[in-house]
Amino acid sequence: MSGSGRRLIENMGWLTLAILVIWQGLYVVIGDIALRSPMATLKFTASFVTTAQFVTHLTETGKAFLMALTIAVVSGLAIGFWLGIKRFASDVFEPFLIAVYSVPKITLYPILLLIFGLGLSAKVAFGAIHGIVPIALFTLNAVRNVKPVLLKTARVMGLSTTATIQQVIFPSALPEIFAGLRIGFSLTLIGTLLGEMFASQRGLGFLLMNAIGLHNVDVIVMLTFLLTGFAGIAGIALLLINRRITAQI
Amino acid sequence: MTKAGLIRLALIAALLGMLEVMVRIGRIDPLTMQAPHKMVIDLYSMLASGKLNKAIAKTMGNAAIAFMIAVSMGVISGLLIHRLRRLRETLDPLFATYYAIPVFAFYPLLILLLGLGDAPQIFIGVMLGFVAVVVNTLNGLDRVPRVLLKTARVNGMNPFETALKITLPSAAPYILTGAKFAVAYSLIGVIGAEFIMSTGGMGYEISFAYNNFDNATMYPLIILILTASITINMLISRWEKSLLKRRGLQ
Amino acid sequence: MTQPHIRLTDVEMTFSRPDGAGEDIHALGPIQLDLRHGEFFAVVGPSGCGKSTLLELMIGLSTPTKGSITFEGKPINGSCPDGIGVVFQEDASFAWLTVRDNIAFGLRRMALDRREQDERVEKALAMMGLGEFADVYPSQLSGGMRQRVCIARTLVTEPRLILLDEPFGALDQQTRLLMGDEILSLWRKTGATIFLITHALDEAAMLADRIGVMSSRPGQLIDIVETNWPRDRDSRIVEEDAFGAVTARLWRSLRVESMKAIGKKDARP
Repeated sequence: MSGSGRRLIENMGWLTLAILVIWQGLYVVIGDIALRSPMATLKFTASFVTTAQFVTHLTETGKAFLMALTIAVVSGLAIGFWLGIKRFASDVFEPFLIAVYSVPKITLYPILLLIFGLGLSAKVAFGAIHGIVPIALFTLNAVRNVKPVLLKTARVMGLSTTATIQQVIFPSALPEIFAGLRIGFSLTLIGTLLGEMFASQRGLGFLLMNAIGLHNVDVIVMLTFLLTGFAGIAGIALLLINRRITAQI
Repeated sequence: MTKAGLIRLALIAALLGMLEVMVRIGRIDPLTMQAPHKMVIDLYSMLASGKLNKAIAKTMGNAAIAFMIAVSMGVISGLLIHRLRRLRETLDPLFATYYAIPVFAFYPLLILLLGLGDAPQIFIGVMLGFVAVVVNTLNGLDRVPRVLLKTARVNGMNPFETALKITLPSAAPYILTGAKFAVAYSLIGVIGAEFIMSTGGMGYEISFAYNNFDNATMYPLIILILTASITINMLISRWEKSLLKRRGLQ
Repeated sequence: MTQPHIRLTDVEMTFSRPDGAGEDIHALGPIQLDLRHGEFFAVVGPSGCGKSTLLELMIGLSTPTKGSITFEGKPINGSCPDGIGVVFQEDASFAWLTVRDNIAFGLRRMALDRREQDERVEKALAMMGLGEFADVYPSQLSGGMRQRVCIARTLVTEPRLILLDEPFGALDQQTRLLMGDEILSLWRKTGATIFLITHALDEAAMLADRIGVMSSRPGQLIDIVETNWPRDRDSRIVEEDAFGAVTARLWRSLRVESMKAIGKKDARP
């Protein structure tokens, strides 16, 4: 593993330690009324993750997230490449993408619910909307920023359009595209969870909302811990890959 | 206006026109989507009647407070973190994964810590917007040309003066990018918190209207929020563009 | 006056490696150098020989590991003394200020009454041919014009010693020659001492009274060439035979050092 990668994991360790210390400190101040200690959370998590109830909700969320992510990646890349290559099309459509990126998408959720109904498709759509835009925008910029001299070289060598995309544009734009995928991953995850939290009858987001309603502190703290942990570990893994790709080019 | 801009306008008009027709001929159920002209009328009568003014003022006010705290604290923290390399390296993984963390899960804890008033909602808005401002401020500070910092030192400027006269102006376009994200995030934070648990505000009213099939209230509120956020965003963008243009960057 | 304007005594600079491992890097020195009041001194040397390190030491941005530097008899200690002005190679104009505000930047920090400040700015604008651009932003100017803004920003503080760190490095050859003329005329008008760092032998030969030749790392002064040019010279001096002789002598001193600099780079893994 590269030096910067080791450094990153080392920092991650320090960060985790700091969070645990703050968590424990907060627990000492607040007490059991709204928080559990890291130790208690770990114990509760270990017993809860094996229950059928948890597995059902996890499967539901996992399914929704994977579907949303697939949609976001495929359409985000397609839109990004198309707009990155076609200058005029990007002049027309890029402002739309930026507008969608910078709008509080949470307000659109009721509309999605009315269109898709309460269920899997609404939260998949909500998750996908969160992911598509950053992936498309990052890809667009990455493709557009490919050095003109590389494209000229491809032309001089007589590469076809497909070959140019495959062998020149994609590899040289990859680090930035991957950065978009990384952000898209995070936002799709949070979008899916928010979708479950605000209107759904299944999934981890629903479980969390339900626990908030019932003031079930054990479940609230456990889910926050699990989701944050998953997001953190996945995010770091993607960041490591991202750095490796960037270092190679 | 540019050709692309005209096409964009035409597209929006066509989309709205299509929506209008689809609803009128009944291809889209009015329980799902209102005709665009109806949304405008509803918005007007809602604002004229003033019955939701309190909710609107509460949400927009809280979001504005969250925005201002996020930007001011974000810029100051960005300046500090930029000077402390070790801290920054440690925080980097957090910044990289921050937006996948379901911040709303902390809402119950925040209610307990800060009470049932507006504070926990504002806090969530700040939590979301703050990091966007910090990350973009750091990005901007990284790009301050070294020669400008040397110039500051040759002029004998202290760190505070250097920040005020050199680094912040130099990083301003990036800070504005962060501020644009903070607009959206403070609204998301406040409205999301109102969705979850609240007795007032636009988020609460939207969710109440949704549950009661009251599209005449829901759509105008949604439009109002989107319009407000897009307008503020465009204003910041315009400012950002004028800064960039002055620097010959756009 | 017999006291030198700036004096470097046994100046050495050593950097420890950033990761703490391996030997320290001996970047510079030992260097002895006295600059006379009002002279135009140039330093040439192969890339990586520590020219810029030398400059940073002279403006107090870093402190030498060994030896001392005195400016007008007072030691330089961690900050840039009043009376020294610097122009860097990179574009150091402030993109968010107009040309006028850029030029006034350093002045505004001095205890001068406002009218005096404004007068000096107007004078510098006129002297550098920037009058009609006073209210535009640097991005609307060419690279050469932006460098003039930076020179004017230094001039208004009326420095007695001006350090130029490859100020024309980013400009094309013709512009460089013309900027050289302007520097010479400023030098005559202000009476300041000028210390110029450059990698261009012809630039040093054309501008300076004395030229110090630096070795490859650790940078030391291995030769000092006197040009004996008249004070009212300009770029047309390149036509003279003596100019060719000076450039040739510089190259004779530098050729081996430059080869070392290149060879070192190739030897790196």
